[in-house]
Amino acid sequence: MRLVNSIENGIVIDHITAGKGMIVFNELKLKDVCNTIVLLMGIPSKHLNKKDILKIEGDFKLDPKVLGLIDTNIIVNYIEDNKVIKKEHVSVPDKVSDIIKCDNPRCISHTDDYAKPIFTLMKQNGELEYQCSYCEEITKIKFK
Amino acid sequence: MSKHLIEPNDLSNEEILKLIEVGKEIQVNPKKYNQLCSGKILASLFFEPSTRTKFSFDAAMIRLGGHIIGFADANTSSAKKGESLADTIRVMNFYSDIIVMRHPKEGAPKLASEYSNVPIINAGDGGHNHPTQTLTDLLTISKYKKTLENHTIALVGDLKYGRTVHSLIKTLAKFNSKKFILVSPDELKLPSFIIDYLKVNYPEIEIAEARYLEDVIEEVDIIYMTRIQKERFFNEGDYIKLKNSFLLNKEKMKKAKKDAIVMHPLPRVNEISYEIDDDPRCVYFDQSNQGVFIRMALITKMLEVGDYASC
Ligand SMILES: [Zn+2]
Repeated sequence: MRLVNSIENGIVIDHITAGKGMIVFNELKLKDVCNTIVLLMGIPSKHLNKKDILKIEGDFKLDPKVLGLIDTNIIVNYIEDNKVIKKEHVSVPDKVSDIIKCDNPRCISHTDDYAKPIFTLMKQNGELEYQCSYCEEITKIKFK
Repeated sequence: MSKHLIEPNDLSNEEILKLIEVGKEIQVNPKKYNQLCSGKILASLFFEPSTRTKFSFDAAMIRLGGHIIGFADANTSSAKKGESLADTIRVMNFYSDIIVMRHPKEGAPKLASEYSNVPIINAGDGGHNHPTQTLTDLLTISKYKKTLENHTIALVGDLKYGRTVHSLIKTLAKFNSKKFILVSPDELKLPSFIIDYLKVNYPEIEIAEARYLEDVIEEVDIIYMTRIQKERFFNEGDYIKLKNSFLLNKEKMKKAKKDAIVMHPLPRVNEISYEIDDDPRCVYFDQSNQGVFIRMALITKMLEVGDYASC
């Protein structure tokens, strides 16, 4: 608990399945922000064998949908004045836009800036599969 | 219905049947229709060339007394200069009452419809949708077989990539088909997601597969041939072997029902022997002709004139 509460104001992304902390770091594009970031990896955990934790100090606009695509074990703690003011369990989003790109190279969304596809969740056991609102092809979610 | 026709599902069964009815009436009574669209302008935006489809729409609009503006391929349009489709459509809205578009990118007509106040008809977007081909097929079936219901339909050739076949199957299923017989080489089988879709939504429809058309032709009401493209095969040898086993000729037609019909979206390559062109059961040329009439019906519907005038 000491680790979770050790920032004054900000966000603690907790219970990340061990090994996925770096993916969260990359997908939230944290190398481009000026907040102080702490990434803890391989921490012993009660629920999971081991977990990663990511702390973001200060103001940060978090899109929980991004986290839902990566790992549904994640719990987000919002911290104000050293206190957890809100806990949020992330879930797989039914609809996403912006954060993923259509897998179909023939899709209009790749060549026309006006085309902002909405992706609808079609399948979520194993891989996540989303359907593009323009070409209707399936895009599978994978993170490196 | 939605104001646009982007995919076959934009039309209800009732709307499809009414279009077919109007499409037939136009043939019986063309004078009643030949000035319905006078003073109206159809913008024909072909971002990729497709001579047949373009001529079919052009002929439809001219037979309704209307006018056409547009381009036949993207090289002559501002899309070449990198203009967004949304901007092209916004401008064309000032110049026209209805827009027909063909585009190589899948989903382009849907994007266009988001920026258009005038009706948009999808005349094909890549390998995605081509709803007026499906309507053409349905009018042809209705004309020769009287009803869309209760037929045994053999679909022959490229069932994997041929999306017009996918859309025809799904639409015919809505009209209580009796049986689909899928005749294709292993490389070009109907995707399993479509078979699953049929099994889940229409469990009463029988689905069978056959390697050779001659094995099943006796029980078939509608023989729907498709083009087998050489590019779909890894080597020329496989293609040559196959193309002959899928050729429909006089010999095979001897076993077909007296009232069966043979359809093909054209252009054909090697699938149908010229020797059967005069067989009255071969309706593929009239099928193209029906394409003009169903497009006429569709244009009157979308412009709300004639049988679709709101009084
Ligand atoms: Zn797409």
